[in-house]
Amino acid sequence: MGDLTLSAEKLVKGVLQGNRRDLARLISLIEDEDPSADEALSSLYKHTGKSLIVGVTGPPGSGKSTLVTRITAEYRRREKTVGIICVDPSSPFTGGALLGDRIRMQEHSLDKDVYVRSMGTRGHLGGLSRHTSDAVRVVDAFGKDIIIVETVGAGQSEVEIIEVAHTVIVADVPGAGDDIQAIKAGIMEIADIFVVNKSDLAGADKKVTEINAMLDIDQNMGAWRPPVLLTNARTGEGIEELVDKIGEHHTYLTESGDFAERGLKRSKDELEQLMEYKLTLELLKKLRGTSEYEEAIQKISERKDDPYSVAERLIARFLTDQRE
Amino acid sequence: MNRKKVSDGFEKWETGMVAKTLNRFPEREEKFETISGIPVKRLYSPLDTEDMDYEKNLGFPGQYPYTRGVQPTMYRGRYWTMRQYSGFATAKESNERFRFLLEQGQTGLSVAFDLPTQIGYDSDHPLALGEVGKVGVAVDTLADMEVLFDSIPLDKVSTSMTINSPAAVLLAMYIAVAEKQGVSMDKLRGTIQNDILKEYAARGTFIYPPEPSMRLITDTFRFCTDSMPLWNTISISGYHIREAGSTAVQEVAFTLADGIAYVDAAIKTGLDVDKFASRLSFFFGSHSDFLEEIAKFRAARRLWARIMSERFGAKDAKSHRMRFHTQTAGCTLTAQQPDNNVVRVTLQALQAVLGGTQSLHTNSRDEALSLPTQESVQIALRTQQIIAYESGVSDTIDPLAGSYYIESLTDEIEKQVLEYIEKIDSMGGAPAAIENGYIQREIHASAYDFQKKVDSQSRIVVGQNKFTVSEEQTFDYLRVDPNIGSEQVSRLQKIKKNRDQAKVNETLEALRKGAEGAANLLPLILDSVKVYASLGEICDVLRDVFGEYKAPDIL
Amino acid sequence: MYLSSSKKIRVLVAKPGLDGHDRGAKIVARALRDAGMEVIYTGLRQTPEMVVRAAVDEAVHVIGLSILSGAHNALFPRIMELLKEEGVDDVLVVGGGIIPEDDIPALKACGVAEIFGPGTPLQVIVDYITANVK
Repeated sequence: MGDLTLSAEKLVKGVLQGNRRDLARLISLIEDEDPSADEALSSLYKHTGKSLIVGVTGPPGSGKSTLVTRITAEYRRREKTVGIICVDPSSPFTGGALLGDRIRMQEHSLDKDVYVRSMGTRGHLGGLSRHTSDAVRVVDAFGKDIIIVETVGAGQSEVEIIEVAHTVIVADVPGAGDDIQAIKAGIMEIADIFVVNKSDLAGADKKVTEINAMLDIDQNMGAWRPPVLLTNARTGEGIEELVDKIGEHHTYLTESGDFAERGLKRSKDELEQLMEYKLTLELLKKLRGTSEYEEAIQKISERKDDPYSVAERLIARFLTDQRE
Repeated sequence: MNRKKVSDGFEKWETGMVAKTLNRFPEREEKFETISGIPVKRLYSPLDTEDMDYEKNLGFPGQYPYTRGVQPTMYRGRYWTMRQYSGFATAKESNERFRFLLEQGQTGLSVAFDLPTQIGYDSDHPLALGEVGKVGVAVDTLADMEVLFDSIPLDKVSTSMTINSPAAVLLAMYIAVAEKQGVSMDKLRGTIQNDILKEYAARGTFIYPPEPSMRLITDTFRFCTDSMPLWNTISISGYHIREAGSTAVQEVAFTLADGIAYVDAAIKTGLDVDKFASRLSFFFGSHSDFLEEIAKFRAARRLWARIMSERFGAKDAKSHRMRFHTQTAGCTLTAQQPDNNVVRVTLQALQAVLGGTQSLHTNSRDEALSLPTQESVQIALRTQQIIAYESGVSDTIDPLAGSYYIESLTDEIEKQVLEYIEKIDSMGGAPAAIENGYIQREIHASAYDFQKKVDSQSRIVVGQNKFTVSEEQTFDYLRVDPNIGSEQVSRLQKIKKNRDQAKVNETLEALRKGAEGAANLLPLILDSVKVYASLGEICDVLRDVFGEYKAPDIL
Repeated sequence: MYLSSSKKIRVLVAKPGLDGHDRGAKIVARALRDAGMEVIYTGLRQTPEMVVRAAVDEAVHVIGLSILSGAHNALFPRIMELLKEEGVDDVLVVGGGIIPEDDIPALKACGVAEIFGPGTPLQVIVDYITANVK
């Protein structure tokens, strides 16, 4: 399944030339963790860093997809090209996923300057995974002015969006019991802009007040205080202002040096994550399947040995082997 | 009944004879359930109905709460209307099929329109590609309507039109055709389905968003209240909800919730409930579980009567009366061994009759293959006629009343429906429950559950997952001429060339202004159809003003 | 995560044309998800252009088309034509709904691999896709 003889080179060329099909197929290689994917990403890396990346997250029912559709329409009105990546959770049991965000973006379905890609989390804890950030990179290289990443609003996972996005929008809706949502660890910190969507519902203003109150007592805020905006994604109210605010945030990031600083941190984190992944992969390739490894694990479970010393031993041995 | 004697006897029977038999061989299932999941006991007895209050819960036919029927003489006075849904290809072919059915003894017309017509597109619209005349008749202008009802006296025949989003337009065309026949609109009998909520929830032929759609519906209520006293303004439908996979309980619950929403909307526009409520009608399916379906119809009548009187305070007895049309359940029919479907339809038709339906459509055996051939639709019609004329079940009213099982089941269905209605009320009513996807999710969950049961063979479909044959018989089925599309387009172009374009523009402009304001749109639409503005042109004006519905699809 | 396969079969389930009956399409979508596939359901009223665009952008391995309105003879070939124009030749296209036996040979001739009529058990569809995906 999937043509394994597809050369990374051909796809990279296609992406840089604006070939949609190659873009889509490269993202698939990345998702499938095909060995040629990293090769392609390596080639493309120097062509990335041009897109403005916006993350949109929020609890189910907050109207994220409709919000994304509207934001896209507004960017299109401003003659910007848009790439959208929607992430939905994969079932931890079957591994499958129902990717249901595209269906809410019908109005852009034939606009050649909009690219929409639906992705499953594929067993990665949290809403995003390496696949997503790599996919964003490819769309960046492809040349979209704006890339919107929409993710599952499942609490902890939202924090990961920071890794990918320049501007993080946290959407919420008026309603009972949401105060608990807002206080959930991490959400306040990651938001660069708060959006209270479905502003026609009762309690919208109250929600705005609540969020502002949270922000008032936030000790860790930097120079950018996240604005709290009211939108009605159905009618389009507030969307223009939202897009303006994204622009303002971007300006702030560049002028404050925050952008550069974050960029450094991100590069460091990414490099270290990649190295960790590759090292572990190499190590496990050597160990998995060997009887020695299986026996060690068995011993640990019987408490005849312990994981701490086993780990030390195996790594030490691995490092010595590498030196030879 | 001597309660103690029966109760003791029951226990003795269960612990004695039944236990002995179970030891020899167990029952076919661990537990038995209706399709709605209601447990079915081995035996019902007087113990199950001992608390039944006849006067309060059953009453008499033609009287509140109408459990036993909405007319005092029911089928002894007049059989249910035999009304076969039909229409395909062009108006001419459909007209032929209508006349055939009327000659064969059908007593009312039921018009099926093609999808472009149902969704307010003319036959030359890009989205109409391949769809023209396929699932019903193509109607682009009044000219098509005129051909459709050629030689059919509209003062003598009642016509039901399955049309929703553009219902006002088709009603206007019908009125215009009648006028040309010399029949005034106050004499016209019939129904427009006009039920937008179930389109959003289950059927999919919506055009406009909820608010303007409700406006169109209440405009028709007002118009008909004033000028068409014999016309049913809406057919609040459960059939499609059932076909989409819901259980019987959900079918009734979501239909009544929709009904509540329509009544609410009409009252909000200032209409007095007793002025329009008597012309509301309903439409249910008749599915596989024989006894559950009969109980369902009875429960539905009682529920609506109570809703109208208690919740809406309607005073007129006619306002409490639920009149309904039934269609046998298409989704239960198989493509394998199609003749088996005749048997299914017979049972389902009988259910509807025993349940007191006012009119009935029986599906043809080739339902899962294509639209019905003349031969197949004849058998379907004969099915109704045999039940009516030969079986005797029409000679007494609500014959299954008093059955320990039927009354228990009727009560249980009522109870569960009320739970659903309460839940939907708490969400803000059916429109809200559709907007947040609750109703769609419930339907889908039941549909999936049913499919899993069929796939695992815990539910048998004869001829499909059991008792199959390796070589299926080849069948002749109806084929719609693939050239219909282009022929219809030519016809439309000709009409457009020959009509008075200035008048068309004038009436469309007036319609636009009316839609932007609060005028009743019916008279304006009537003006447009009379000068041969097309369905697409009229609906497009409204699209401009109202916008188009964006489905919040929930999987 | 390490050394385990991340590959998934990606399926586009689409309802071309005006037909609003989505009971079957939704059930199939869910069954495919339960079988471990990634399913993108397009919703109603898809033009052939929209179906093909989604198929390309989402790099799906399979397209499932559901039609009950009788418009399959016009819509399926048009979709196959557009796929060809886009240079898409490695996608498995299957269909379902109300499609008479007589029409199937012509559909297969233009590239539709299989038609699953009413009554097809879900597992049959799952197995077919798993076995035939390119």
